[in-house]
Amino acid sequence: MTGKIQAKAHLTRERVCELLRSLLRIRRFEEKCAELYTTEKIRGFLHLYIGEEAIAAGIIPVLEPQDAVVATYREHGHALARGIAMGPLMAEMFGKQEGCSRGRGGSMHVFDAATRFYGGNAIVGGGLPLAVGLALADRMQGRNNVTACFFGEGAVAEGEFHESMNLAALWRLPVLFVCENNLYAMGTALAISESETDIHRKAESYRMPAAVVDGMDVIAVEAAGRKAIELVRGGAGPAFLECRTYRFRAHSMFDAQLYRSKDEVEAWREKCPIEHLKTWALGAGLLHAEETAQIEGEVAREVAAAVAFAEAGTWEPVGDLARDVHSPGALA
Amino acid sequence: MGVFRMPSLGADMEAGTLVEWLKQPGDTVRSGDIIAVIETQKGAIEVEVFESGTLERHLVEVGATVPVGTGLAVIRSDGTPAGAHNDLPPVAPVAVAPPSAPATPPPLERTALAGSFGPKASPAARRLAQERGIDLDTLTGSGPEGAIVFVDVEQAWLRRGASVVTGPAKSSGVDGMRAAIAAAMARAKREIPHYYLGHSVDVSDSLDWMGRWNDSHPPADRLVFSALLAKAVALALDGFAEFNGQYRDGQFHAAAQVHLGIAIALRGGGLVAPAIHDAARLSLPQLMTALRDLTNRVRAGRFRGSELADSTVTLTSLGERGVDWVQPVIYPPQVAIIGAGAIQRRPWLVGDSIVPREICQLTLAADHRVSDGHRGGLLLREIEARLQAPEAL
Amino acid sequence: MTTDQGGTVATVTYRDAVRMALQDALRRDPRVFLMGEDVGRYGGCYAVSKGLLDEFGPERIRDTPLSEGGFVGAGIGAALGGMRPIVEVMTVNFSMLCLDQILNTAATLRHMSGGQFSVPLVIRMATGAGRQLAAQHSHSLENWYAHIPGIRVLAPATVEDARGMLWSGLVDPDPVIIFENVMLYNMSGELAEDAGGVAIDRAALRRRGRDLSLITYGGSLWKTLGAARQLAGEGIEADVIDLRSLRPLDDATIMESVARTRRAVIVDESWRSGSLAAEITARIVEQCFWSLDAPVARVCTAEVPIPYPKHLEDAALPQPAAIVAAARAVMGR
Repeated sequence: MTGKIQAKAHLTRERVCELLRSLLRIRRFEEKCAELYTTEKIRGFLHLYIGEEAIAAGIIPVLEPQDAVVATYREHGHALARGIAMGPLMAEMFGKQEGCSRGRGGSMHVFDAATRFYGGNAIVGGGLPLAVGLALADRMQGRNNVTACFFGEGAVAEGEFHESMNLAALWRLPVLFVCENNLYAMGTALAISESETDIHRKAESYRMPAAVVDGMDVIAVEAAGRKAIELVRGGAGPAFLECRTYRFRAHSMFDAQLYRSKDEVEAWREKCPIEHLKTWALGAGLLHAEETAQIEGEVAREVAAAVAFAEAGTWEPVGDLARDVHSPGALA
Repeated sequence: MGVFRMPSLGADMEAGTLVEWLKQPGDTVRSGDIIAVIETQKGAIEVEVFESGTLERHLVEVGATVPVGTGLAVIRSDGTPAGAHNDLPPVAPVAVAPPSAPATPPPLERTALAGSFGPKASPAARRLAQERGIDLDTLTGSGPEGAIVFVDVEQAWLRRGASVVTGPAKSSGVDGMRAAIAAAMARAKREIPHYYLGHSVDVSDSLDWMGRWNDSHPPADRLVFSALLAKAVALALDGFAEFNGQYRDGQFHAAAQVHLGIAIALRGGGLVAPAIHDAARLSLPQLMTALRDLTNRVRAGRFRGSELADSTVTLTSLGERGVDWVQPVIYPPQVAIIGAGAIQRRPWLVGDSIVPREICQLTLAADHRVSDGHRGGLLLREIEARLQAPEAL
Repeated sequence: MTTDQGGTVATVTYRDAVRMALQDALRRDPRVFLMGEDVGRYGGCYAVSKGLLDEFGPERIRDTPLSEGGFVGAGIGAALGGMRPIVEVMTVNFSMLCLDQILNTAATLRHMSGGQFSVPLVIRMATGAGRQLAAQHSHSLENWYAHIPGIRVLAPATVEDARGMLWSGLVDPDPVIIFENVMLYNMSGELAEDAGGVAIDRAALRRRGRDLSLITYGGSLWKTLGAARQLAGEGIEADVIDLRSLRPLDDATIMESVARTRRAVIVDESWRSGSLAAEITARIVEQCFWSLDAPVARVCTAEVPIPYPKHLEDAALPQPAAIVAAARAVMGR
């Protein structure tokens, strides 16, 4: 499974619209988050996924409901793709108790038991061992589930990356490792932090099947993801997918982007996954302009409703401060 | 129509400096367009606008440093007539000084503390000494570094009782007693804002009733007036919780029962006021027995420390050879003491006739932190009423 | 031998007691498995899990590579996924390599998920000095973990607790760390054959006195009891409190004792600065100040990395002579 995956799935008009909607929901939701951040409705760190949407939108819908997802602090896109409702997600950004983590996590710590969405992990590399353990539990209990673990290329330098890759491969656990290689660990370029910049090659040393895919092409990502997930579910052990992508916006909101050039950003913006899909689908006759407009309108209404939901949300009483530190009744 | 404001780009961003306008008045702007460059502590950041329309005018000029939230430009939404928001005044740039570090407080002068806290004594010892009215200066410590510890105070307290046993010849015992009284009374006068009330009570009926009782009972069951008085006081306090209890740690703790301290003078000098526990529950003969027992034991030096510490209110009675009235001093940590002068035969108005009656002057000293004079007066009246219905005692 | 109730008791070592606890848990609950470095084929660094591989097989007695962050994190994930993992970390010094997972993931997941996920994980670690293992295998960092809200920290000092705390920890829905002091593994004690889980919320009064309270836990318990016997010969009768639970601390038992004796000496095998002993001292001063007859005293490890030579290692650690001296001092003798 090495090498560039070219296979394009058989796409229906309906499927194209779904993919476009999925990408736009992430894009418009996050644009609204950026705006709300500048007006101080959202605080803390806000890491936006804009530019990278094709990865979550391509891979996560291929998973089964009983599968698990582990993501990072740049996880709004994964949460939306996994089916966490936009209202509770926005309320979480606000810190309201109607948020999907009761407001205790905020932007970086989105969790949802119903969709087996395990964060929202903001220690780089920290989610990988968690994914290994989730897969171990599935294996030991005879459940044919897959755990999809998303992380950036910055995590690759962490010991926990290598420990987790080794454990998963050694124990042949059903984990799909998805590296979202956006070329910068915060402000440090891949070339100045890794001796081997072809990330997927690291998987080879763990004898793990690996592929690299254009992370700006949702259809390519979906095809590669589908193939990898089938492989993992088939019992072959873990698989590794490197998605080459780029974040269009700052690392977090407060970032002067001194580490990269405007020309580089502009060049990548030309590869915008949404425009890429639209152009291709319009040309292929799988999408009409009025459908795009209709989807845009529906997404705008959904975002507006999510903001209204979050605004109407309530603050948890300070009296509940110590809640959820321990399980109820566990500590006297 | 909207106002483009200085965005908050991080929780630690308080202000920004406008470096460049990338859109000029009259320009069309779309949501997501970069409209300006703002200099922050992290460097120059291009900022975007979230509204679509026409930039009507700038509110802040290049070079100005303004706080987050300050209006920077007016954006006329698509479809809104020009000038519809002209009432918005231009915002003068605000000079934002970086928050200055709080002034460093000057180092505190190290004052000489030695000796200012009296002898070295543990917290436990200090607390006990205060409760029992014991002067720490009179004690020798047995604790770490010679500190006075709990047991030193406790033993001093017991020695005070023991000195009574040995009688007046042992002057050291009397000195100890004197010192203890001095400490307790000095503390009372220092800390307790006393108020005083007095009332003359006709106790003739009580004495008549007691005479009849004593005539019909064997000598062992006979009563003295102090027993009637003690019972009357104990019963009267039932409705006057603010006189019965102890004042500790800055607040009054009302007691559930009346542990009535009875002031008993010692032959060797000094006096103590051990308690008759739950005096209101005792019948008159029981109370009489308790009084007799307590007096005998005190005079023999055989009372327990707890009998002294437990009192919730004290009664001091001057007795037959005493004078007309007493203004007593409250025994800390109690909050009230009731005094009774010697009973005197006096000319008294009954109806329109002057008749000889047996009169006792009752006084009350009480702690003004806990009670007020009006209630104190009512308490004395209640004791009077109880004494005048002796059959109910 | 029989107990009062007619049950039989046996003399076992602390090591045996931990092994019996593991065996019992593995038999009772198919979700339980043991994972760690050399727990299987080697039989455990301290031979605790010797023989378990034969009974339960390599899936449930799972040897791991030297990847503390990886396998502790995997334990957290497996607990999230419905298992009841017991993860062994060879010594507390090595746990620095997985502190990230314990602090940033295990202890926080429940809270930052708004109560959606709990982590029913037990981590066992060897701790303590006395085996001449020098400065990278001998430290007592229990207090680092006792600092963290969201986990429970236990220190079994007796064979009964070594046998019983594991099961109670597995029943707890939140992460539990159990510290086994290396000096205790060879210690023998009597254990009822039907011994099971023990309460893990309360400290235990191991000796009743009246003059001072000696407060300790883990490997120091036995040194402290020895010191208490010596003090009794001098007419000083000490309470000896075995904390058992380092987080949460059982304030009620500590304060009941100190309010009664008015003096406290805390014996703690960690370094003095920022120690658990410091925390307990603060709590005593906060809650028992007006009952104190002497400053609270501490007997802790000297502030040096543990040295290799025996005489220096002994000098660094809390010893009965130092406990006796501290007790005499607070008594004013």
